[in-house]
Amino acid sequence: MIHLERRPTPSRAWGAASPLLAVALTMVAGGLMFAALGKDPLEALRTIFWDPVLGEFAWYFRGQILVKAGPLILIAVGLALGFRAGVWNIGAEGQYIVGAICGAAAGLVFYPTDSVRIFPFMVVFGAFGGIAWAMIPALLKVRLGTNEILVSLMLVYVAENLLASAAVNWLRNPDAVGFPGSRNLARWDASANLELIEGTGIHWGVVAALIAVIFAHVMLTRHLMGFQVRLAGASPRAARFGGVNTGRLIVLCLGFSGMLAGMAGLFEVTGPAGQISIDFASGYGFTAIIVAFLGRLNPLGIVAAGLLMALTYVGGEAASANLGLPSAAISAFQGMLLFFLLAVDVLTNFRVRVGKGVAA
Amino acid sequence: MTTLLQLDGLTKAYPGVVANDDVSFAIRAGGVHALLGENGAGKSTLVKTIYGLVKPDSGSMTLKGAPFAPAEPRAARAAGVAMVFQHFSLFEALSVAENVALGMENPPRLRDLAARIREVSETYGLPLDPGRRVGDLSAGERQRVEIIRCLLQDPSLLIMDEPTSVLTPQEVEILFATLRKLSAEGTSILYISHKLEEIRALCDAATILRGGRVVGEVDPRTTSAAELAERMVGTKLTAPKAVAGDAGEVVLAVAELSLPPVSQFGTPLQEVGFTVRAGEVLGIGGVAGNGQDELLAALSGERLSKVGSITLDGTDLSRRGPTMRRAAGLLTGPEERLGHAAVPEMTLAENAALTGATRKEMLANGFLVWGRARSFADEIIAAFDVRTPGNHVAAQALSGGNLQKFVIGREVLQAPRVLIVNQPTWGVDALAAAAIRQALLDLAGQGAAIVVISQDLDELLEISDRFVALNGGRLSGDVPTATLTMEKIGLMLGGAHDMEVAHV
Repeated sequence: MIHLERRPTPSRAWGAASPLLAVALTMVAGGLMFAALGKDPLEALRTIFWDPVLGEFAWYFRGQILVKAGPLILIAVGLALGFRAGVWNIGAEGQYIVGAICGAAAGLVFYPTDSVRIFPFMVVFGAFGGIAWAMIPALLKVRLGTNEILVSLMLVYVAENLLASAAVNWLRNPDAVGFPGSRNLARWDASANLELIEGTGIHWGVVAALIAVIFAHVMLTRHLMGFQVRLAGASPRAARFGGVNTGRLIVLCLGFSGMLAGMAGLFEVTGPAGQISIDFASGYGFTAIIVAFLGRLNPLGIVAAGLLMALTYVGGEAASANLGLPSAAISAFQGMLLFFLLAVDVLTNFRVRVGKGVAA
Repeated sequence: MTTLLQLDGLTKAYPGVVANDDVSFAIRAGGVHALLGENGAGKSTLVKTIYGLVKPDSGSMTLKGAPFAPAEPRAARAAGVAMVFQHFSLFEALSVAENVALGMENPPRLRDLAARIREVSETYGLPLDPGRRVGDLSAGERQRVEIIRCLLQDPSLLIMDEPTSVLTPQEVEILFATLRKLSAEGTSILYISHKLEEIRALCDAATILRGGRVVGEVDPRTTSAAELAERMVGTKLTAPKAVAGDAGEVVLAVAELSLPPVSQFGTPLQEVGFTVRAGEVLGIGGVAGNGQDELLAALSGERLSKVGSITLDGTDLSRRGPTMRRAAGLLTGPEERLGHAAVPEMTLAENAALTGATRKEMLANGFLVWGRARSFADEIIAAFDVRTPGNHVAAQALSGGNLQKFVIGREVLQAPRVLIVNQPTWGVDALAAAAIRQALLDLAGQGAAIVVISQDLDELLEISDRFVALNGGRLSGDVPTATLTMEKIGLMLGGAHDMEVAHV
């Protein structure tokens, strides 16, 4: 018989090792799934994990990885801060969309003027849009005690409708004879968020993600605000006793994650996506939740997790194109990653004992 | 003299600790047997073994001459063993009769059950209305629900785990009368406690446990309390000594403090008022659930009260939060160690920063200087003899007594103007309790004002200068402790007014 025994202090070694073990287990289980689909499991895994980084066409894929990882990391860092405090913002996707719409609209007011001040102006408005969308669940929770999980999630669907109306109606490109979608922001010099270094995929969103990671890391480990975030998440009652203003913390955490999600949306719409279109929402806001947990809600861990998740996206796309793997199999593969991560998490807090167990 | 239950060489080990080590003793039929020992001496493990909740690693039990090895509580109950736990398992929203029915294998119809409850409660002098909702009952009345639930099974052995910790002195007398009557009818009682005077008044045999082993079998009626205490603790105990000092000016003044309850079954504070002077210890006594938590939350700043209700040295603090109150010198220590006074999974250094950040100057431009938090934690560990490998250990890894010394020490070493503590020695071993009380008295000797909220009346009589009673969220007038008797305290606590002893 196997039984679990609570560790007095969580194991640091397992805390670090469990993501690696989860990745290994995902490869095994994913390989079995690919084999069951009639593909060579080793070739499939090589296509997903090896080719994009070191394969023949890696020069193309490597840039793609950072393009995908940038928004994931940027959003996940904000979410992780809230999750650490026990504030569950599930609606980053909505904040991402509203940030993109606000930023794009703010820039398009000046079209076709050309000025270096327009892009920063758009970034500010993107951040503002994300914050505004996140303030709805925040204020409802603080004032009326509503559940932020439900409110923030529902607002994603509102945001999607807002996006559709912007794309076909009030942000539609007046010069595009009847086609839905806004003007292409990546092709307008004032707003284009282009690659900063040729061939690397690094655009302003990646830079912002890096800054956010450093900022969040310093705040969590050194600043009183980060300490209060950790207190509120670990023990709300002790946090109040210690002087944490719970309402202010909720507003702050949702505001910060909304801001980063909004900025991610703006960097996306001015760069890789190029325009506000009906299918602009790509699920980054939801995938970032996985990235945040995969990175152990730790900003530095999130960098690794974001890169890994981006790799499964880029490699997964290559695998479905080259090997004919169904895209659902790639989604299942990513789901396995989260599943195994949560499963091996048990080892951090518990010790496994094999042998005759006496129920105490 | 027939033996009801015989224990032979019971041993139970958990990882890292032997809870029971070769424990043997016998309980006489119709006897009131005390099981005496400090927290962690192995009392709970032993009674859980008897009640079928824990399976011993070795050893055996014999009940009424037959081998007894209950696999689960149901088997123990079927064999005639009943237990009243220290923490009640009652549903507050249900009635007394419904609660009793929930614990039965084949409950009779509620009306018949109510009649049975009434009958048993009258026979044993435990007045209780089966139709009342448990949420509206006092702690003493809730305990009666648990006792009656047991008595309906006609047990031959009744185990009572720390039954008096929630009772007023008068309620204790009623309980003792019931237990004596049960014993006279032939029911054995295994009485677990660390309150020596109670055991001397009630029990006819006592087994003393220390570190999981039996260290003595005594007749408590002929053994002095001091001797019992020494055998229980293993060393000599010294009573805390007050450092003589005249009470100075009024430091903390609370006036007309009223707050609605947090939850449906909470207690509202109703026009609470008191003052404490420098160098003085004010004791606030009361039975659990009469507003102690609410009072502490109002004083710590976790809940704000109306303007003018809390003043420190003439400054109104009633609308200020915990951090600003700490800066002004008003420090508090809540009852619940884990999850309120300390964050279980955080280290001692982080827990030192929880309340010490402002007064111990751990902040620089909003950044925490962790070196100062660590050295403050070390300072507490050294000054209060906290047994721990170091300041990097999680709070939850400490034993109750050590963590309590840490959280009280954390407030004491910040040199407060006023220190308010709730249940400072609850669930703490005798040596740690004595150290904590001495620290509070020393702090008063240095000119701080101390408020001790406690359900342990002996503690309050020992260390406080003045005594007030908290009952139903109201505070009585204050009385100098020197003039108090247990009986007078009981009347002040007011818990006994509607429950005369029935004719036993």
